[in-house]
Amino acid sequence: MDNPLKFQSWRIAWTFFATCLLLLSLQIVYGFIMGFAHMGYDVLHDWIPFNTARATHTNLLVVWLLAGFMGSAYYIIPDESQTDIWSMKLGWAQWGSLVVVGVIAVAGFHFNWWEGRKFLEIPRPLDYLVVVNVLTFLFNIGMTVYKGKRYTTTALTLLAGLTAAALLYLPGMITFDSQVIDSYFRWWVVHLWVEGVWELVMGAILSYLLIKLSGVDREIIEKWLYVIVGLTFLSGILGTGHHYYWIGAPEYWLMVGGLFSALEPLAFLGMALYTVAMARRGGRKHANSVALSWSVGCGIMSFVGAGFLGFAHTLPQVNIWTHGTLVTAMHGHMAFWGAYAMLVFAMMAYALPEMTGRKHYDSWVAEWAFWLSNIGMISMTGAFAVAGITQVYLERRVGMDFLLAQEAVEVHFLGLILAASLFTLGISLYIWNFSRYGVVALSSDVSGDAPSPAPSLAK
Amino acid sequence: MLSKSQARSFFLFATVGFSGVFLWLTVDTVRQVPARSHEENMNASVIRGKEIWEKNNCMGCHTILGEGAYYAPELTKAVERRGEPWLRIFLKDPQAMYPGRRKMVQYNFTEEEITDVIAFLDWIGKIDTNGFPAKPDMAPVAVAAAATVTPAAGAPSAVAAPALFTQVCVACHSLGGTGGVVGPALDGVGTRYDRDGLRAWLDNPQSVKPGTAMPDLNLSASDLDALTDFLMSQR
Repeated sequence: MDNPLKFQSWRIAWTFFATCLLLLSLQIVYGFIMGFAHMGYDVLHDWIPFNTARATHTNLLVVWLLAGFMGSAYYIIPDESQTDIWSMKLGWAQWGSLVVVGVIAVAGFHFNWWEGRKFLEIPRPLDYLVVVNVLTFLFNIGMTVYKGKRYTTTALTLLAGLTAAALLYLPGMITFDSQVIDSYFRWWVVHLWVEGVWELVMGAILSYLLIKLSGVDREIIEKWLYVIVGLTFLSGILGTGHHYYWIGAPEYWLMVGGLFSALEPLAFLGMALYTVAMARRGGRKHANSVALSWSVGCGIMSFVGAGFLGFAHTLPQVNIWTHGTLVTAMHGHMAFWGAYAMLVFAMMAYALPEMTGRKHYDSWVAEWAFWLSNIGMISMTGAFAVAGITQVYLERRVGMDFLLAQEAVEVHFLGLILAASLFTLGISLYIWNFSRYGVVALSSDVSGDAPSPAPSLAK
Repeated sequence: MLSKSQARSFFLFATVGFSGVFLWLTVDTVRQVPARSHEENMNASVIRGKEIWEKNNCMGCHTILGEGAYYAPELTKAVERRGEPWLRIFLKDPQAMYPGRRKMVQYNFTEEEITDVIAFLDWIGKIDTNGFPAKPDMAPVAVAAAATVTPAAGAPSAVAAPALFTQVCVACHSLGGTGGVVGPALDGVGTRYDRDGLRAWLDNPQSVKPGTAMPDLNLSASDLDALTDFLMSQR
């Protein structure tokens, strides 16, 4: 059944979403490689040593989340601005170049071509291409907002979040001889992304979804959006200090970082209460209940993963023992899943039926994808927690040799792999359901769509 | 009730205000770091060491200042914990030291590169880190492969242990109940071997027993003599 697309840019959005799922699948493969290595089966060591698997795993995550944000922007911005994308050609070129840079970067990791700075492993020449790529994207999106002359809080917050993310990439590209200063500014990128401006993107996308799915008045939703992103920056900016406790920065960071990062859960709690309250308040019941599940789930899981589990080891007196152990992996997995992966999943779950006209959201596949992936991720977090806490006590507090302590926790990685299998099953169902929505024709000639007429007013 | 414009003001105030404070603290931090990290000791070798560290993505397995991955040991205090001789031997052939256990990539470092990496780690270890990593508080005397073993207690011996022994050998072998568990205990080793045989073994383990897990330590003649003397005195 043909469903004329409301906007041409949605074709680009669909392509970004498909790219996301492809990269996520690859990320999961590398996760399994590391899980087995931790269990003592480092069988691929000669071809894919742990540091390669690790860099690939985390960088694929960053790239697919960014691709998800971009896809969401190509979907949301024209809808909010009520005008199609400024340039389709530029959009396609931007998608293509992002994929090319991503593939080269990941391939390079397998040949010892990288920068060796946690999360920013992409080599410098590719950094410049990333900058050009993101500027192209922002220009295209910005021109669309400008052309539309309809400046909604949601669209502007999304644009501001993406622009700030681009700007904050730059401090990560400066070379420092001192490891301390290097580390200091590396966190400007990493922390101020995930505990700062990415939350703007998150807040904006959730607002858009809640406006569409709950039917609550835009004014009310956007007011609370301001409160939440305000809380994010109130706590998150100085919360960067929790990365500065032990790297050679002055001692006052223990107090500043401890105090403000202890407030960081408030922003995520706000996000959780906001999604639950708006979903309950909505008088209109949208048929796409799975998209609402993902949206509310995102709010709740981000609070548990990023807020609560982050708080669990952010205070200096705890962190001095847990810093640099598997406890960080425990927090990291559920935080990224809850806050950002589920956000992209929510967006895709909402956008696909709108784009294709097929309504597969009421199927058991869509429901089980949601539950299995979440139960799997919660269990994985549990496995990391047991391994991490054991490591902290054996190695850090009792003083057992590193390798002996690692061998003592090997068995918990069996639990991790079982939980990860459940998670993978959920993701596979999601991908299966995604494929059932079909391919959105990539150009208007193919599908026979009329060139987008003057777009009708939203809903 | 809170209005949308009040909410927006709160957002703007929080963002601009706390960004300002953050920038101010950043300026102060950048001013203080050179003294806290002894930047005057950050010589060319240290900087080359950092480059090697980054070029090979060492943070992809190890942590340094607690940052990196959790697959391999924390290296902030590596030089203090292991000593230079051990690190030197280990970096030449990482898998020889822990046979059959978790593997590190063999990077085939040159002597100069090893010197640079150790210089970098040594510089890192002397940064004022506000107390990280903390000393284990639940067992003040660590038992496992701690590198600072004084074997005199359990082993009556006329010959003092060479530094090489207390820094390298005890990583795998124990003496008087302290040390590693990878290789056999060395109590009474002097009664089990003759002097020449032991010296030949230390000089080139593979030629004595092909396939052994004992690494070739590339010892100088004087180190060989000192070590053999000490081991032969263990009766």
